[in-house]
Amino acid sequence: MELIFALCVGILTACGVYLTLRGSTFTVVIGLTLLSYAVNLFLFASGRLALNAAPILKQAEQHTDPLPQALVLTAIVIGFAMTAFAVILAMRARADLGNDHVDGNPPELEQTLQHKDKRS
Amino acid sequence: MNLYWIPLLTFIGCFIPLATVKWGRSLCTAATALFPALALLIVLQNLGAVLHGEDIRFSQSWIPALGLDISFRLDGLSLLFALLILGIGLLVILYARYYLSEKEQMGRFYGYLMLFMTAMIGFVLSNNLLQMWFFWELTSISSFLLISYWHHRSDARKGARMALTITGAGGLALLAGIVLIGQLLGSYDLDVVLNSGDAIRDADNYLVILVLVLLGAFTKSAQFPFYFWLPHAMAAPTPVSAYLHSATMVKAGIFLMARMFPVLAGTESWFLIVSITGLLTLLIGAYMALFKHDLKGLLAYSTVSHLGLITLLLGIGTDLAAVAAVFHIINHATFKASLFMAAGIIDHETGSRDMRQLNGLWKYMPQTATLAMVAAAAMAGVPLLNGFLSKEMFFAETLDQSTLGSISWMIPVFATIGAAFSVAYSLRFIHDVFFNGEPVDLPKTPHEPPRYMRVPVEILVGLCLVVGIFPEQTVGHLLAAASTSVLGGYLPEYHLYIWHGLNLPFIMSIIAMAGGAVLYLNRQRLFRFQAHFPERNESQLFDTSVKKLRDFIRVFLAWFDNGSTQRSVFWLLFLALAFTLFPLMQLNTTAGHRPQIPVDTVMLAGATLLCVASIATVIWHHLRLLALLLLSVVGMIVSIAFALFSAPDLALTQLSVEVVTIVLLLLALYFLPQRIRNYSSPSRIVRDLSLSVLIGGVVGTITYALMTRPFDTISGFFTENAKTLGGGTNIVNVILVDFRGFDTFGEITVLGIAALGIYKLIARMRLFQLHADTNGLPWTEDKHPIMFQIISQALLPLALMVSVYIFLRGHNLPGGGFIAGLITSVAIIQQYIARGYVWLQDRIRINYLTLIGTGLSIAFLTGVGSFIWQQPFLKSWHDYVHIPLIGEIELASAMAFDLGVYLTVVGASMLILANLGGLTSSERLRVEDDQ
Repeated sequence: MELIFALCVGILTACGVYLTLRGSTFTVVIGLTLLSYAVNLFLFASGRLALNAAPILKQAEQHTDPLPQALVLTAIVIGFAMTAFAVILAMRARADLGNDHVDGNPPELEQTLQHKDKRS
Repeated sequence: MNLYWIPLLTFIGCFIPLATVKWGRSLCTAATALFPALALLIVLQNLGAVLHGEDIRFSQSWIPALGLDISFRLDGLSLLFALLILGIGLLVILYARYYLSEKEQMGRFYGYLMLFMTAMIGFVLSNNLLQMWFFWELTSISSFLLISYWHHRSDARKGARMALTITGAGGLALLAGIVLIGQLLGSYDLDVVLNSGDAIRDADNYLVILVLVLLGAFTKSAQFPFYFWLPHAMAAPTPVSAYLHSATMVKAGIFLMARMFPVLAGTESWFLIVSITGLLTLLIGAYMALFKHDLKGLLAYSTVSHLGLITLLLGIGTDLAAVAAVFHIINHATFKASLFMAAGIIDHETGSRDMRQLNGLWKYMPQTATLAMVAAAAMAGVPLLNGFLSKEMFFAETLDQSTLGSISWMIPVFATIGAAFSVAYSLRFIHDVFFNGEPVDLPKTPHEPPRYMRVPVEILVGLCLVVGIFPEQTVGHLLAAASTSVLGGYLPEYHLYIWHGLNLPFIMSIIAMAGGAVLYLNRQRLFRFQAHFPERNESQLFDTSVKKLRDFIRVFLAWFDNGSTQRSVFWLLFLALAFTLFPLMQLNTTAGHRPQIPVDTVMLAGATLLCVASIATVIWHHLRLLALLLLSVVGMIVSIAFALFSAPDLALTQLSVEVVTIVLLLLALYFLPQRIRNYSSPSRIVRDLSLSVLIGGVVGTITYALMTRPFDTISGFFTENAKTLGGGTNIVNVILVDFRGFDTFGEITVLGIAALGIYKLIARMRLFQLHADTNGLPWTEDKHPIMFQIISQALLPLALMVSVYIFLRGHNLPGGGFIAGLITSVAIIQQYIARGYVWLQDRIRINYLTLIGTGLSIAFLTGVGSFIWQQPFLKSWHDYVHIPLIGEIELASAMAFDLGVYLTVVGASMLILANLGGLTSSERLRVEDDQ
């Protein structure tokens, strides 16, 4: 199972990184979300995988490491705050700058396309 | 009185002039002078003990882990410098009272001056290298402020910048040297360092340490090739030049070399570097001084030359050379400070410093002229004055060395040449200014200065004479004590005679005198010769090199970071990859020996779904809604994975966050362009794909390698004490609200800040709102479906009850503030979706901002509450309470903290979503369409 878990984390990371490097803001937000899944899973994995070993006293024979879980729990919530901030920033940038490129000015080629769009 | 009072008093003195300046100039001067005077009294109180060879120390541990103590020492060397700094400082304060004009801000000037004095006195008294360095840097900064005191003048600003750049850069080198010493010895304590001379000299990196420390000393003491900042620092008011640039600050580098003399000196490299630098500085300074028409320029280059002389003496490194160096420090400080003050008086009373204009002043100011002439004679090394004595000792020491092998004879020859130039420029100072015809076009008619402006000069010139005639009786003890410290507790046999007989040094003196006279008589020819050389303007040179550096960095930055986010992110990820790839290659086997969990069909199906969904998200990321749905599939699988691998808390959190996130992103879709354009060129896609695949591979490998290796958890403490100390059985929750409560407190604060930031971003947003989608279809006008409304309304109390339940059981079973907060948010959001923003706005009158504030306050107060029981911040308390009918329940203060978490989470997530949703409401729809 560890191998499959690692494969999943790897694929999530790769997809997240690729989308994060794109030019349009919404895609970057999706990339960041994927990346934070990957990071959370990775952090969680540092406590090793265990079945039926929830870190709750009296409920199981043995307990898996609770510390990574505590870290990941807050990371999930902070990750939400970060995604929200990024997405609102994207909206604000779109509102103020008139486009959805991460730098606020899309490449030349695209600008001409945009003009065409407006005209049509 | 303790030693720390000395820098403390001068430090308090920084603020006195600012407070007293409104009471008039004389009173302000007196009040300011009081503090260094008191400090001087403390020094004098300890004078007897120190002169008898006792070292006085004060030490207070500050950050022991860094080797940083507050530590002072008063030994012979620091006593000498303390007397110079405080004594001359007092005279300069008196002098500046008359030098500064009515309209100048005296309070600011004295404030800076006292700050400098504090820095300097702290520096010489420091008994810890790091502390010493701190004061060293403070001298650079305060001298910057003093040089740029007339900040309306561009030369003052330039000079100040140059001085700060050069001495600041040297200071960094010195810090590096100090850190190397500290690493070598494991201590920054000067007592330890001074006793470890052999260890340092034998160290492999001795040369590195030496060069770094010397770089600091040479830049500060204006040694070749860094000397050029000092003449430009003459843009400062003359009291500053007298104080900083002759008597004290430029001697800081000398002090450093003298202080480190027992540790660093005595090697071939010390001799070569220090003495050759000193000799070069001595010659260049003496030569340049002769050609300066500016009075202060002449004195500045002469200072450079004399600093070179002292450096050369320290470089020669013999015991007697060190004594001569200390002696010359004293003498140079007295005659040069008085000369600067005299130059200031001349400038003040004539309005000019140009020696081509200044002539024949003897008639107008005979008393000042006499004083200046005596001081200049001391500078030239005329017998019966203090400069003569140390110069004789200097000559004797240049003869008494053989370190350059067969060409050692060159040093005394060059020393004599330097001395001849010194005589020549001293002659020029006397003859050109006070005789040599009549003044030319002076702005003012010269006259004697105010009575008390001359007093400091009289005292200093008096010292030159007294020391010159009765050396042993006046400075003998002080010189002996200071030399003993420089030599590390040993004092060689020497005698301070006025007349040593007709020996070689005396003959050298006579040659220098005669040579100087000849040089001066032929000065016109020399000036003409010098005129052939282009005027070297170091200021321009410095500016050009700074500009070149700036341009280079600009070009580099334009290439490296052109302002594109994509490019920055790419570099960041690329570097992260580069740094992880290399260590990974050294990992021989990927898989560890830890037993692995067998795979079953469900797990396999889940993993497949996750991989397919995430890859599909990438492929169809142009289709926004589909990408979002695929993303939610990934999130769902992740939460199932958490549930499967024994993390119920995480599963609950992930699940509820997932709902909130997807709702948020769905809302965002409305405001973002409907068509996602492809901004990337094919080559960029290939580049990014390869990078992301590599990074994914690395992260996957690390994850696999990590998970298959056994590990020692550090959570044993948490598992054992969750029940006994934290009073809960859900260890994750106990960690969050108790053991690591402070972290959680920080995290909810961040959450609150993020929500506030979003609130502000939304508040003034101009919106893109189209009346139709890209296909030209108008938006639907459907009302909220009634079935959904009814069901949502019925579900609300149920959902709230669940969240209360989840909150209450959180300490013992999966749940807690975070999860309960998210569930509450989801319940409220559902109402918003079902009923719309406007309908709900009248019914839910919760100010989410207040909610965040309340939550954070509750969490904070719970933490502070433990102070009442003398417990550390956030230490939790718990007990069991018996309530009739319900039975025994447990009450923990951690629960109050968790309530704070709960409120903050609800407040933050609702503040974000409700405000964002509010943008779509009818009132905002009326906003002018931008497109």
